[in-house]
Amino acid sequence: MAAATARPRPAAPPFGILNDDGSCADEHKAIVSDDDVERILDTMVLNRILDRRLQMLQRQGRLGFYMTSRGEEATIIGAAFCLETTDPIFLSYRELGCLLWRRVPLALVFNQLIGNSRDLCLGRQMPVHYAFRDWGIPSVSSPVGTQLPHACGFAYASKIRRSGEVALAFCGEGTASQGDFHTALNFSGAFWVPAIYVIRNNGYAISTPESVQTAAESLAARADGYGLPGYQIDGNDLLAVVFALRDAVERARAGRGPTLIEALTYRLGAHSTADDPTAYRSDAEAEEWSRMDPFERLRRHARWRGLWSDEVEQASTQAWEKRITDTLTECERHPPPAVESLFDDVLEAPGPQLVEQRDAYLRYWRTKTDKPVSEL
Amino acid sequence: MAETQTMNMIQALNQALDLYLERDDAAVVLGEDVGLFGGVFRVTQGLQAKYGSERVFDTPLAEAGIVGMAIGMALNGLHPVAEIQFADFIFPAYDQIVSELAKYRYRSGGEYPAKVVIRAPMGGGIHGGHYHSQSPEAYFAHTPGLRVVIPSGPYEAKGLLLGALECPDPVIFLEPKRLYRSAKRDVPLDYYTLPLERARVARRGADATVVAWGAMLGTALEAAIAEGDGYDVEVIDLQSIAPYDLRTVVRSVRKTGRMVVVHEAPRTCGFGAELIAAVQGAAFDKLTAPLERVTGFDTPFPYTLEEHYLPSADRVARAVIDTIEY
Repeated sequence: MAAATARPRPAAPPFGILNDDGSCADEHKAIVSDDDVERILDTMVLNRILDRRLQMLQRQGRLGFYMTSRGEEATIIGAAFCLETTDPIFLSYRELGCLLWRRVPLALVFNQLIGNSRDLCLGRQMPVHYAFRDWGIPSVSSPVGTQLPHACGFAYASKIRRSGEVALAFCGEGTASQGDFHTALNFSGAFWVPAIYVIRNNGYAISTPESVQTAAESLAARADGYGLPGYQIDGNDLLAVVFALRDAVERARAGRGPTLIEALTYRLGAHSTADDPTAYRSDAEAEEWSRMDPFERLRRHARWRGLWSDEVEQASTQAWEKRITDTLTECERHPPPAVESLFDDVLEAPGPQLVEQRDAYLRYWRTKTDKPVSEL
Repeated sequence: MAETQTMNMIQALNQALDLYLERDDAAVVLGEDVGLFGGVFRVTQGLQAKYGSERVFDTPLAEAGIVGMAIGMALNGLHPVAEIQFADFIFPAYDQIVSELAKYRYRSGGEYPAKVVIRAPMGGGIHGGHYHSQSPEAYFAHTPGLRVVIPSGPYEAKGLLLGALECPDPVIFLEPKRLYRSAKRDVPLDYYTLPLERARVARRGADATVVAWGAMLGTALEAAIAEGDGYDVEVIDLQSIAPYDLRTVVRSVRKTGRMVVVHEAPRTCGFGAELIAAVQGAAFDKLTAPLERVTGFDTPFPYTLEEHYLPSADRVARAVIDTIEY
């Protein structure tokens, strides 16, 4: 972690396992099996292709918005790797990799991004605000940090019903300034629930560097104040992420309480498609972090193990490219959601005020179209 | 009806919670001081002893945490009933209520209904000053995805709270704390629910309609009775603020041609404004006088001069007479 960033210099280097040349101590190889290293690399390949293609789609005006996660995949996919699909992951918004690891069908992801009639959320939210109940992904919202107390509540329910789920929530280092961060950590300690909080500390909240958020050298150190274990790890080191997360999951599952993990990483791309990072950070800084790209580091590690040849990567790339192209073509064909659906799901059944508004609007809308109401 | 007992609103609410906790294993009660102590108003008294500290429990002192945690519990199948100690302290949780609780079902395409009931004592009349007196119903009524319910007496409190507890939607259940111990009624001991979103005609009359809710219902009835010799006033207890029963109100106003809305909250953008806008649209051809409001003032809720701020029966009666004699 030698990169110069606007982040306060940590007092001690974060926990890491992988060496620069991709090697690690022999006893650490078992943290992730050969097969899983390749499966994770394959998911990272998919994640990178999607980031590139979906960002392009946004620039072409075919998507309203998008957020890439390039540079943070080891933290995101590594965390998902340590959980069961029944364990909810409360996303911040930059964690597409969790969906990919859980094999949420690409078509469902694209339908959400497009907001079409096949979107499970019926086009009600901006792109990347996913919700996939069957894959343990509760609904994403834009106010940052609101998801953190939800993880505590979910975990409390798991604890008193003895149903065994561990709840994991992501947030950024900027969100650690929010009251909900404090509340969630404090409540989680007070109720000793099976919850894990992962801070993706990527150095910036849009343009604001971490040094503006806090004078603290470590966000993980805040765990002490809540009576929890807290670890600062190298978030670009897949093995370190898995080691720390697996330990946290095992303790949570065994009733040994919550954990705070601060993963030091870097957003190699822009905050969103509406952002221009050259305005607030230097090329040299981004360049330096590129040399610690988590995908490159895991690939080096795989090669050191004798895995993941160029041919394998090429095959993976080609296979995903084709599936993405085919699926996107299909998803872009679906029409927008039915106009009537605008009025559904506010409450279980609409109240009289909404019924009146809906009926009046649909009557008006029918005068503008030949279609029967059921097809609007 | 089955066996009844004379009780106040606190006892009625306590019974509703007790009956519901017994019936629904997924129900839990959380909040500040609600466990061992039974709540600062004693609404949850005895529930922790009966149902255990996993289901009835104290939380750290943070309203956003109480509501945020309740939402997470609901996402994992529990049916939480959160107590906010005073409605005046609900604002730290406003983001969780407005951004999360109210939108969760909608934004997840119906995949994640968030069944949470938030109880909070509301309203003035107890010398509570700015921070133990406010009536925030309009803030929540302006947020799609929430129900807002306010009972006016012990019988309504029990039936409406049980209705709210059974309801699959998020409910903000505001309890007029001035009535907690003052009003006593015969209340059935059995489990019963009252329908949400239905207004109640509390007094029949032909000359004017007064619409009120919570503690103002009593004030409205007092005003109507005071006019007993002269005019015949119909009084409607709205009960549910969102969604609300416009039909019952309109039926009455089309009959009387006049309406006065009474609420404790400040006038501007108070819920009376919504009622008046809706009623004038639905009863315009029958109106014989401007629709009127008797409300709190557009000031923060005062301490010493509380009696001047709160609508009194006399002010309501004058407004009714002005309307009738317009």
